[in-house]
Amino acid sequence: MWNLANPTQFLSIADRIIPWLAGLTFLLLGIGLYLAFFVAPPDYQQGETVKIMFVHVPAAWLAMFGYTLIAAASIGSLVWRHPLADVAAKTAAPIGATFTFVALVTGSLWGKPMWGTYWVWDARLTSMLVLFLLYLGLIALWQSIEEPGRAGRAAAILAIVGFINVPIIKFSVDWWNTLHQPASIFRAGGPTIDPSLLTPLFVMAAGFTLLFVLLHLIAMRAEILRRRVHALRQMHVEHAAAA
Amino acid sequence: MPDLGPHAAFIWAAYGVTLVAVVALVVVIVSDDRRQRRLIAELERQGLTRRSAKAATAKAATAKTSTAKPAASAKPKSAPVKTPRARKPKA
Repeated sequence: MWNLANPTQFLSIADRIIPWLAGLTFLLLGIGLYLAFFVAPPDYQQGETVKIMFVHVPAAWLAMFGYTLIAAASIGSLVWRHPLADVAAKTAAPIGATFTFVALVTGSLWGKPMWGTYWVWDARLTSMLVLFLLYLGLIALWQSIEEPGRAGRAAAILAIVGFINVPIIKFSVDWWNTLHQPASIFRAGGPTIDPSLLTPLFVMAAGFTLLFVLLHLIAMRAEILRRRVHALRQMHVEHAAAA
Repeated sequence: MPDLGPHAAFIWAAYGVTLVAVVALVVVIVSDDRRQRRLIAELERQGLTRRSAKAATAKAATAKTSTAKPAASAKPKSAPVKTPRARKPKA
């Protein structure tokens, strides 16, 4: 585990894992799409529109997972000043933002035929929009400060403060009267969804999760190399100035 | 192609948006990764490497030469000389 905390060791391990992870991700997403389109029956209330759930729900889970990862990495960055924690937090933001965008748009496309509207300002939808804005804020902060250390510290503080939104998203359907339905999978009495719909959902969720991990590993590798390129160029300039 | 009923356009739109967003993300991340790998390879070709990388290369080279053939200047092995333990002077 500690080996992973060393950037050079991380690069070596990532190089070996990435091809296998890419294969497994394609396989799971392929199986998930087949189950979603050719095996899963229409829902008794939603009809075929339930197929939107197979992308909307995993995207929404990963939107929250991504932000939780950033907040945890930010604590690692602030407390232990570990460069890999900073790299993990920075590179998770665009991926999390994309999944949040997908969750918002697919939810909206499901809402029109089912609720009769694309958007309502209820607690769940609004808190998800706030999450998307938080992601954009983090990306903007990292882009606006050139020195990675300073940018990382500023972004880490924003990420930790913004984490308060994650439990609000999760429990918004219980705390407030929302148009969005309450939790139907991770709930005290077990899932309320039939296994014929739950299986494709879990396969798609597993595929999406692997896709997140795969893209995060590639983005982290690119960020480590970018910092090395920056350091080497700086070293070259200093040597040239000294000579 | 399965029959997706009266709301097919919404279903295809949802999957289409997901596909476009995911493919765009993959393209951005993978092209950035390739660019950084190319840049670091170019710098290494120019002889610019990190100090830790230089040290690791030198260490590996030393280890290779020492295992490949014994160094000419290496001292001949001799029997280990036992040195008597220093005794604690009695008070």
